[in-house]
Order: sequence, then structure tokens, then C-alpha cells
Amino acid sequence: MFDYAFLILLLPFLSFLLLGLLGMKMPKKVAGIIGTCVLAVLFGLSLYTAYHYFFYTGEYEAMKETFHVVNGRLDGGQGVYPTVTVFNFTWLRFTELLTFNIGFRLTPISVMMLIVITTVSFMVHIYSFGYMAERDENYKAEGYEKGFQRFYAFLSLFTMSMLGLVVATNIFQMYLFWELVGVCSYLLIGFYYPKHAAVHASKKAFIVTRFADLFFLIGILFFSFYVGTFNYDMNVTPGLTEKLTAIAANPALQWVLPTALFLMFIGGAGKSAMFPLHIWLPDAMEGPTPVSALIHAATMVVAGVYQVASLLPIYIQFHATEQLHWIAYIAAFTAFYAAAVACAQRDIKRGLAFSTISQIAYMLVALGVCTSLEGEGSLGYMASMFHLFTHAMFKALLFLCSGAIIVIIGSNFKDYMGGLHKYMPITNICFLIGTIAISGFWPLAGFFSKDEIVDACFNFAPALGWFMTLVSGMTAFYMFRLYYVIFWGQSYYELDPEHRRRPQEVPFVMWGPLVLLAIISCVAGWIPFGHFVSLNGLPEEIALQHFEFGSTAWFSLLAATIGFGLATWMYAGKKQPVADALERTFPKLHKAALNRFYIDDAWQFFTHKIVFGCFSIPIAWFDRHVIDGTFNFLAWGTNEAGESIRPWQSGDVRQYAVWFITGTVALTLVLLCLV
Amino acid sequence: MIQIEYFFILSGLLFFIGVFGFVTRRNLIAMLISIELVLNSVDLNFAAFNRLLFPDGSEGMFFTLFSIGISAAETAVALAIIINVYRHFHSDQVNSIENMKW
Repeated sequence: MFDYAFLILLLPFLSFLLLGLLGMKMPKKVAGIIGTCVLAVLFGLSLYTAYHYFFYTGEYEAMKETFHVVNGRLDGGQGVYPTVTVFNFTWLRFTELLTFNIGFRLTPISVMMLIVITTVSFMVHIYSFGYMAERDENYKAEGYEKGFQRFYAFLSLFTMSMLGLVVATNIFQMYLFWELVGVCSYLLIGFYYPKHAAVHASKKAFIVTRFADLFFLIGILFFSFYVGTFNYDMNVTPGLTEKLTAIAANPALQWVLPTALFLMFIGGAGKSAMFPLHIWLPDAMEGPTPVSALIHAATMVVAGVYQVASLLPIYIQFHATEQLHWIAYIAAFTAFYAAAVACAQRDIKRGLAFSTISQIAYMLVALGVCTSLEGEGSLGYMASMFHLFTHAMFKALLFLCSGAIIVIIGSNFKDYMGGLHKYMPITNICFLIGTIAISGFWPLAGFFSKDEIVDACFNFAPALGWFMTLVSGMTAFYMFRLYYVIFWGQSYYELDPEHRRRPQEVPFVMWGPLVLLAIISCVAGWIPFGHFVSLNGLPEEIALQHFEFGSTAWFSLLAATIGFGLATWMYAGKKQPVADALERTFPKLHKAALNRFYIDDAWQFFTHKIVFGCFSIPIAWFDRHVIDGTFNFLAWGTNEAGESIRPWQSGDVRQYAVWFITGTVALTLVLLCLV
Repeated sequence: MIQIEYFFILSGLLFFIGVFGFVTRRNLIAMLISIELVLNSVDLNFAAFNRLLFPDGSEGMFFTLFSIGISAAETAVALAIIINVYRHFHSDQVNSIENMKW
């Protein structure tokens, strides 16, 4: 049924090879069209896959399983939507039992991710026609390499890696593609490589995520050593549940699963920019804006969420719920911290980046408050995946809008914007839709997904619920602040219309994707998501979609309204007396927020002063002097010995003859004496 | 009946004349001739021992013939080398080819 699935990985890879090897030989337009066409095909394949998976395979399995409901769960753990392994072949054989497989696995969330990735990637491919062309012109004067073809090649590679990650049949395959998306992120952040900031940002992103991935790898090794397999899906791996149960029941090995899972989460925290490993994401905004939309807002940064969600059944069933709650607390703090920093940013892309961190933290909080496989304790799982889906759409929308503004203004800083609603009406509407959606106002997408998360938090602990409600108020505040300083207030252009470029609307290739994503952001909240994705596989209802607003929804709506009101009061006008007064009253707080509360500096201190100063330099000295010294001495000794006996080979044949004869005679005499 | 010592004395003389010639002569041809003398002394020893110790067998004789054949081939090779050396260095003196080292 899904025999064509290998194309979903093969096509973008072929497109990468084609564009990467021959791209520079073909005109820009052709390269872009090849990349976009491949993505169009992928988008179609993903939609077809989703349609078949959710409406044929699933229904059929449900019919078969209807009579095997045990304790509210469908027998065999298959649920309504079974895990379909399309293919799974051995790539490497480590031992008889432990093999590294590459496969293609469909589950409700991986199908959902296929849709997210291909939709956003497709939109970004179209949008980049306008964005990258414009940028090429701008940067020509500064000697930037024209990398239109290179850009599309990297986008293809990224799409392939991300698709490979979400369809992974085992944790090792996930790790492999996990590293590949990291490489793509590095390549694309440093896309404008003559720019120093871009190079530094790409290095920072790569090193920080690689550092976190080290823990992921250690976690995988723990897991595979004790469990004996890389597979994590208990539905399709025979014997996995028994093995895990045996390990969890053995007092000497009880630490294994929680430790391994938490180490894996640290890898996920690096990718998903959780505090204190979030420092790379704001800097990653040096990359081209379509990349920020695709990689650093919608897809790659949710890899950590996807990883925790994939392993969630193991967390819950095998006594790692404590670790799960730590994840929730870390994420809740991150959400608050990022929201606070986002309130003070002057660079609009960095503001959006902190908003992304905050929203991803929401998803992880929702996963972290899961306590059971069914009922209220499992609500967070569905809410988290729902938020992942809707957030990908409206955050990609917001980033693409900000890209349109940056192309027109030529700067990331809010000081050069203001009053753009007159000049860029379509972008204005789209950005407003994105802002309303992320702020969580009914009836746009964010309301349903985020309030579901807040609801799950209230179920877990009311304090956490109130905390997340507060953060959702802050979300509304900083997003509307961003909206007002860009589109309303004093226009930078109108201050000096003679000498400044008049802002204008972006071309159709750029606003087309914006409008499409805006439409998706409007309607995505009405998808009966709980029918498709839930932890135990049984359909769940999202109460909000049936106008059953519980008290929690009213609270977060109220918080969002307060945030919206505050932002309007402070930032909507031409002058911003309240905001300026606050900045003057609390200069230290403002400066700290602007500098991201000095976390980057703390890391800088930690790596340079402590790690380099106390460990790296002594180790380097030992390496250079002791280890290198030993081998240098050996080499020196050999060389000297050779030099001293070299004259023996004089080239004089008669001399050799004398030596030979003397030696023979001497040997003969010795033998004679011995005998 | 010739005493066996006579053979030994002759072959010993031949051997040491050969060795002395090989070490002292500078001409390559002369050195080759010296080597031939050494070989001939050995051949003589083979024949003498066979005749006196194992008169019924003839392995020593065959070995002598074999050795003469080998030395003929070896002389041909050595002469070819000497001709090439001469062509290259324009000299048949052994100290002119001292740079064949390292």
C-alpha cells in the first residue's frame, strides 16, 4: 500500500545531488524549479500517505480490532492507527542481536510530521524564489557569492534528513538523521559566509547542538547495551516490552531506563533550544529568513519534542515519570525566560526566535505532564503534538512575513520599521493573523492547541497551570508589541521621505505562500486532531472545539487579552511614552533582558575560562610535551643512529669484500673454537 | 699416487691468490678473473674429495660440472654489467663507481 514510500526519502536526496553537483552549471531559475518541483511531488505524496493512513489503513485496522478492547485500550496496543513499517533493512550488524536498521515507519505522529515538513518546506521553496533573488542583488556589491543553486541544494538535503528523522524505525536511525539536520542547519546558518556574524552563529549552533548530541549518543549506548536493541516502538518490536519490564523490575538495573531516557532528552534539549542550551537559536537568525522559517521555527527545532513524544510510552510505563516531570519544569522555566527576553528584543527575527523557544517549551511542558497512558494523564501528548502542528504553520508564517519586511526594509531592526501597514497591506494582514494565532485568541489555531496544553498543566498541578497561563499572557504581549512596532507607530520612511526608499508590497511569489499559510493558521485549529493522534490510540475529543470552554480556557483568554491590551496601550501609538518610561525606571532589568540575561556570557565564561583554562590548556601541554616528546625522542634517536652508521655503506666494492672476508674468517674461527 | 695434501695446497693457493687479487685489483675484469680463481679452487676441492673419499660415487664430479656451468653464466652476467658500467662511467676502475651507495 505504501510501496512508493522510499521515494519520499530518495527524491529529495537525488535533487540534492543534482543541484549540488550540477547546480552551478544550470541557470538559477532551473535549479529553483527543480527543487520546488521535487517538493511539490513530496507534498503530494505526503498528503496521499496521510489520506491513506488515516482513512484506509486505520479504519480497516479499527474494524478488525473492535472486539478486542481490554481495559479501555485496544488489544495488542495497536489502537485505531497501527504502526506501519513500510520497509526496514539491516544497514550494519553490530552483533548477532544488535543491528542498525534503516526503515520507514508510519505512526500517527510521523504522518503528521510528514505533512508539516513538506507543507512548510514547499512554501519556503516557493517563497525563496523572491527572497533569495532579492538578497542576491543586495549582496552582489559586497562580494557575496551568489548561492541560489547552493541554497536549493541544501534545502533539499535538509528536507531529506528531516523526513528520515521522523520516519525512523529505531533510535539510531533517528540519531543519524538528527546529525544530518544539524549539518544542514550549520550549512544554512552560515550561508552568507563572508559575513563574520553568520560564520560565528553557524559554529555556535553546530558546537552547542553537537555537545548536546553527545549525551543523546551516550543515552542510546546505555539503552542499546542493556536492552539489546535500538528499537523503541513496543507495538512492532516483539519482546521489547518484556525486556524493558525485566530491566525495570531488576533493582540493580532500575537506574538504566531513566538515565538513558534523560540523557537522550538532553540531546533533544539541545536541538529544541531548552534552557540553558538555547543560546544557539537566537544567533541562528543570521541565516536567510526562509531557513529560519523552515529549520529554526517549524521543523528541526521540534525534533527534540518529537523524540520525547516517540519515547513517551517508555517514560510512562517504566518508571521514568519523574524524569518526565523534570522535563516539564525545565521547559516551563524556558518558556518564561524566553518570553521575558522576547519582550525586549530590537531585532524582529531574534524576537521571533525567542518566541519559538517559548512555544517549543510549551510542547515539552505538555509532554512532561503526562502521567498515564490514558485518560486525563495522557491529554498532554495530544496537546503537544497539536501545538507542534499549529505552531509550525503560524510560526513559519510569522517568519516568512518578517522575511518579506526585511527584504523591503533591508534591516532586521525595529527602529527602521514602523507604520508599514499602509505600504504592505497583505503582509500586514498575514502577520496579524499569525500574531493572533500564536497569542491564542479564538478561533485561530493557537487557541485550541495552547489552551489544551494549559488544560493539561492544570490537570497535573494547578501552580504549573497558572504559570503557563501567565506565560501565554506574555506571549500575547510580546507578539503584539512586535506587530505594533513593525506595522504601526512612527514610520521611519515618513520621517525623511526624500532620501529613504519607499516601502512597497512584496511580489506574488512571496505573498502567495504567506496567504496560504495564513489560511492554514486560521483553520488548523478546527482539525479534530484528537481523533488522529492520542497516546493510547483511542480517539479523543478536544473539548474546546465543541464550544465547551472550561474555566482554564477563560483564564488564558483573559491573560491573552490583558497582554494584548498592555501591548496596545504601550506600543500602538506614534510615541511610546509608557515603554520609554519603563525602560528608564528599570534600566538594569531592560539591559539584562536585552542581553538575554547574560546566559551567553555565562557560557562564554564557562567554556573559555573554566573548560579551556583549567582543562584544555594543561591537557594540551601534556600532549605537546610528554606524549609528543616521547615520540620525538624515539624518532630523533633512530635518525642519529642511522646517521652514525651510514658511512659504512661507502660504495667501495673492495672495502665490502674485505669486510666480508674478514667476517667469514672470524666466523669460521669462532665456530672452530666452539667445536 | 698423488697425496691429497697436494690438492689442498694447490686449491688453498688458488683461493688465497683469488681473494688477494679481488681485494687488491682495481680493474673490474681483473676482479672477475680473481673470482673465477676462487671458484676453480673450490671445483678442484670437490673433484679431489670425491676421488679420494668416495671413489665409487660421482656426485662430486657432477657438482663440479654444475659449478662450472654456473660460473660460466655468472661470468656472462658480470661481463654484461661491466660493459654497462663502462658505458656509463667511461672507466673500468672499481673506485670510479663509488657513488653507488645510500
